[in-house]
Amino acid sequence: MFTVSLLLVAVAWESYKLAGPADGGSLLGWRVLPRANDRAMPHVWDMVARLADPERRGSDTTVAQVVLSGTWYSLRLVLVGFALGTLVGFGLAVLMARFRLVERGLLPYLVVSQTVPLIALAPLVVAWGGRVSIGGWVWPRWLSASVIGAFLAFFPVAVAALRGLSSASRASLELMESYAATWWQTFRRLRLPSSVPALVPGLRLAASASVVGVVVAEISTGLRGGVGRLIIEYGRQTTSDPAKVYTAVFGAAVLGLMMAGLVGVLDLVLSPHRRAEVAS
Amino acid sequence: MNAVDVGSVSMIFGDGASRVEALVDVNLGVAQGSFVSLIGPSGCGKSTVLRLIANLLEPTRGEIRVQGKPARQSRLDQDYGMAFQHAGLFDWRTVTKNIELPLELKGWDRATRRERALEMLELVRLPEFAGHYPWQLSGGMQQRVAIARALAARPTLLLMDEPFGALDEMTREHMQAELLRICRETGTSVVFVTHSIPEAVYLSDHVVVMSPRPGRITATIEVDLGDRQGDDTREADEFYKKITEVREALRSDRGEHPTGVEDR
Repeated sequence: MFTVSLLLVAVAWESYKLAGPADGGSLLGWRVLPRANDRAMPHVWDMVARLADPERRGSDTTVAQVVLSGTWYSLRLVLVGFALGTLVGFGLAVLMARFRLVERGLLPYLVVSQTVPLIALAPLVVAWGGRVSIGGWVWPRWLSASVIGAFLAFFPVAVAALRGLSSASRASLELMESYAATWWQTFRRLRLPSSVPALVPGLRLAASASVVGVVVAEISTGLRGGVGRLIIEYGRQTTSDPAKVYTAVFGAAVLGLMMAGLVGVLDLVLSPHRRAEVAS
Repeated sequence: MNAVDVGSVSMIFGDGASRVEALVDVNLGVAQGSFVSLIGPSGCGKSTVLRLIANLLEPTRGEIRVQGKPARQSRLDQDYGMAFQHAGLFDWRTVTKNIELPLELKGWDRATRRERALEMLELVRLPEFAGHYPWQLSGGMQQRVAIARALAARPTLLLMDEPFGALDEMTREHMQAELLRICRETGTSVVFVTHSIPEAVYLSDHVVVMSPRPGRITATIEVDLGDRQGDDTREADEFYKKITEVREALRSDRGEHPTGVEDR
């Protein structure tokens, strides 16, 4: 199914190239259709072929190797960011679910936090990080990118988890009360498991948000080694080598897919009863 | 000692304009091992009485004692089990794990829990469904699991709020017979809320008739059908006589038609 949709995208791309105007379409002076020439829209096969070419003239490493190692570098940052964001988001949700006052006081700030432009935030985080050193431990530069990923990722988790944690039915809560269960017992046996269906879409959003956060942070903090940096670097070469930048975009896409896969696995682990449903 | 003693209990919800007198001067005694039904139209406070006994609500005035103890203490001691209209099983737990829930909270160890859960499944005649999830069971089966869960810790009192209300007629009659059998076998006292007259009469030793605005008890009718024999009992003259008696008690209240009460 995935292969089919991938093929469809490639076919759509190539058909537009075939049919679309080479210099773009203009309407009343506004360009409404993108240019379809080889510089603006390279052929799909050129992009793929570019993967196997040497990265630089005369070098041994291919573009694919560079993009892959960049993807692997970024993936680690994304994983840290995702984990951090999920942890913080879930922690906040638990606090908000436990104390209504916290929910009222905190939720507006969480919403506002997401309107802060990422580009403005990135240098700040780097600057703060540069000052942190605990004992012998020094804040590594890459951690700033992860923190920015986490900053985007925690919000959907917090909102989804808060909804999930408050989704237990009144009857179930009364049942636990009739058992004289403590808050913690009710949390562990009722609120936590019943939060899963609402939580999983939040995790899915957080996964893609952490990819976006890390890639953008790599770009705006000039961190070397990751996919974000490659996009910038190859983007500068667009005039002479238009297909190259798309190889880095492929890397970012692979990153997103791997994170989506991870959430899929998490979903299965978290809902054993639905796994039984699928199996039967 | 009665299983339940409700003494001059009044319950008022809200304040000012939204003030509702849910219950006024309710007195009720449930003898050990007896089956008492609360019946009445919607809004008569029958569920409120049940929730007061369960200590899910505190009365505005009056006193409630369960097994001789204040209701709160009795809830903390887990003297009662509870079953609602909707089975309310946890989707993410298997049938066995659902029944084990109250035992887990009491700190029983795994092996004893498992043993009791399987014993309970025998009691409600569902032993082959131990490893199933709730969604794999029919409504009637889910309700039986809920009853097994309510009885798992061997409470001396069972509180039920329209537990068969969502079931079809055939399943409902079957479940009534099962419930009576289980109570006979375990010697459990039951307080049972329903809005079905035949159900109340078939199950109960005492049918307590309530009326609304303000919620209060208007009559208590004693029923003695001997050992219930399923269809034979349901077709006996005595059964119909008692149904008529309960219906008239419901109707005599201010000459109003008892809305919300089913005749089936």
